[in-house]
Amino acid sequence: MSAELGLAALWMAAALAFLQLAGGALAQRDAEAPLAALVRPAAMLQGLLALFSFAMLLWVFATTDLSVKLVASNSHSMKPMIFKLSGAWGNHEGSMLLWVTVMALAGALIGWLEKRLPEKTMQATLAAQGFVAIGFYAFLLLSSNPFERLPMPVAEGNGLNPLLQDIGLAFHPPTLYMGYVGLSVAFSFAVGALLTRQVTPEFARVMRPWVLGAWVFLTLGITAGSYWAYYELGWGGWWFWDPVENASLMPWLAATALLHSASVLAARDALRAWTIMLGVVAFSMSMVGTFLVRSGILTSVHAFAVDPERGTFILALLAVYIGGALLLFALRAGSVSEGRRFAAMSREGALVFNNVMLSAILGIVLLGTLYPLLTEAFGVRVSVGPPYFNPVGAIFTIPMLLVMTIGPLLRWREDNAERVRVPVAITTALIVTTALFVMLAAGNISLLPLLGLAIAVGLAVASLMPLRGRNLLRTPLSTWGMVVAHFGIAVSLLGMASESAFTEERLVAVAPGDTTEVADWQIELEGIDPVAGPNWTAMEARLLARRGGGEPHELRPEARSFWAPVQQTTESALLTRWDGQLYAVIGDQAPDGRWQLRLWWKPLVTLIWLGGLLIALGGVLSIIGRLASDIRRRSADRREADEHDDLAQIRGGRSGPAGELV
Amino acid sequence: MRHFIILLAAMFAATAAAQDSLPPAPYAYRQLNDPAQEAKAQELMETLRCLKCQSQSIADSDAPMAGDMRHQVRTRIAAGEDPEAIRQWLVERYGDYVSYAPRVTASTWPLFAVPLLLLLAAAIILWRRIGGKAEHRPGDYSDGEEL
Repeated sequence: MSAELGLAALWMAAALAFLQLAGGALAQRDAEAPLAALVRPAAMLQGLLALFSFAMLLWVFATTDLSVKLVASNSHSMKPMIFKLSGAWGNHEGSMLLWVTVMALAGALIGWLEKRLPEKTMQATLAAQGFVAIGFYAFLLLSSNPFERLPMPVAEGNGLNPLLQDIGLAFHPPTLYMGYVGLSVAFSFAVGALLTRQVTPEFARVMRPWVLGAWVFLTLGITAGSYWAYYELGWGGWWFWDPVENASLMPWLAATALLHSASVLAARDALRAWTIMLGVVAFSMSMVGTFLVRSGILTSVHAFAVDPERGTFILALLAVYIGGALLLFALRAGSVSEGRRFAAMSREGALVFNNVMLSAILGIVLLGTLYPLLTEAFGVRVSVGPPYFNPVGAIFTIPMLLVMTIGPLLRWREDNAERVRVPVAITTALIVTTALFVMLAAGNISLLPLLGLAIAVGLAVASLMPLRGRNLLRTPLSTWGMVVAHFGIAVSLLGMASESAFTEERLVAVAPGDTTEVADWQIELEGIDPVAGPNWTAMEARLLARRGGGEPHELRPEARSFWAPVQQTTESALLTRWDGQLYAVIGDQAPDGRWQLRLWWKPLVTLIWLGGLLIALGGVLSIIGRLASDIRRRSADRREADEHDDLAQIRGGRSGPAGELV
Repeated sequence: MRHFIILLAAMFAATAAAQDSLPPAPYAYRQLNDPAQEAKAQELMETLRCLKCQSQSIADSDAPMAGDMRHQVRTRIAAGEDPEAIRQWLVERYGDYVSYAPRVTASTWPLFAVPLLLLLAAAIILWRRIGGKAEHRPGDYSDGEEL
């Protein structure tokens, strides 16, 4: 019964999305149209219905209702509860339902609370949201019904891919989806502003929390996904330039550019058309991130839910969304003036430079990801991987990082180079010294890691400079957010460069009792034990790791065999120190009885993800700071308006409409 | 005819048995003794695609074929071959798909032309966008907004 209720709610939500679209569209012609008043209630109700539908899906997974096809093919009665629940979105249909649910909830929130923009703009925004949602509902209801029943319930489910039975991965896709949804909301605002010609600083302020929120979720999603790949795949790699990873990186790049551009629009009323265009690009990239992965076109380590049959539907949907968005932009962009001008040497100038660089990096990633698909269609198979992305991306990344060191120190509109001479000199000195020091100390090191280390040190110091001479307690939260996020970039960069420059690897075959070495660690294999989990058995190695003869630390890597479905996985064991991570994997047993051990010492590797977390924290601080100052500003405006009213009444005049405007 | 089929089957069985009894590739999970050579091999392996996996290099895979290829790379490096020559040899054997480093060919030139175009486009946009001077307007202000 619950499956049917869920499906019914989904149909009703789809109908409300239509109402939202129609009402919002009619309101553009005639603000008094009867349907216009229904736009906000429709958005709110749609949110509730989608939430109900998703709750029903969770319920059938929680109770392992094996008469539902999706449960039968993705779940198993023996699975731990948390993985039963995460199984609800760990598959194609469920994840699409999650997507549309989050989106409908976002729409409900806007419909309920957002009152800052002109009503007509809001109606256009919600109509755009309805339009995007309709595609998802159509996709779910017509080609991927999550509530489909089986003619006969099966005795037992198929289980979930063991690689996905991991707490990190249970929350990885939803996090990314929140990011994609946030960008689609930002896009809806952009459409609303574009249609009603309201590309104003106020629009940028309303859109910004959504962009920032999306960006925070994308940052967290990418960071978590990278760490998952690092410890789960068992070879110590943390980024593969795999098409699925790229599909999540591209929206992040676009969102990064968009949030900076939106800040310029909010603060300076400049870059209007540019902001709208980045909104369109960010949305297109989030559609690519959502659908291209699902279409089965990209084959990669992460694409577990491949289903080529849906490919056509998905590609058509992609074409409608991206094509429609670009067409609208092309038709209307001419009516949006560029806004205020500024000098090259200014905060805006630096931001535009970095926006252009980010866009170029996005272009490279897009090209490198899609080009092999294109040649494959013509029968030529090529691979584009790290040897391409790293150097080509660096052409744009390095200038961007260098400008990033001074950008935040510049004044808006116009500045002169003299004023920032000292900080620039300090940063340059740091970069050059670090590079020379590393070259002398490490000797043979390749160019990109060397530059990475040097720039990371320079940027880390430079990113703190905006705090110089300020009272730290009175510094606005959004400034702290910027500083923390930029510092996070430096931290992450340092981790990446250090990992790629200084990692030491040791592959050996050892018998119990043997000791081996990697970097300054001595690792002894104490023994091998068979162990069993709820749905797997494993061989577990007991390793004792000592550093320079110090205290022993135990590591227990496992080689696991799952039985539903049958699959072998390696569970790596990690020992985290402040200056790096020891990474151990147990492999097969050789015919002579010895065991394969893979060991790595990865200096500063954890900084990669620590940096990611700092970046996200910066985003969170910025959101809080923005919302707080916005609320303050609005209540101040209201007070002012009230005083204005009072004054008018005292003078015997009519009370003005100012109160309604805020 | 029947004899022929039996003969054929026997031949296949013999080849299969021979494959089974081949020693496993010893350098799949063993490093070269010379650290400089091992580093060279590692660098090359990270840029070769494991053909049986999805988006993994042979340095990141437990697939038997990746192990065989690692063995090939390490033994050839140990024999003093140049990494690029080994890549070339693998490309001839398995096609361009095996190498993550695309070469400039008739079908891949856009991969290299587009970045140049992007560089050009970026330069033009920056020139046009921030080449000019700020106009001074009496109403201009900076309201303390920061990023």
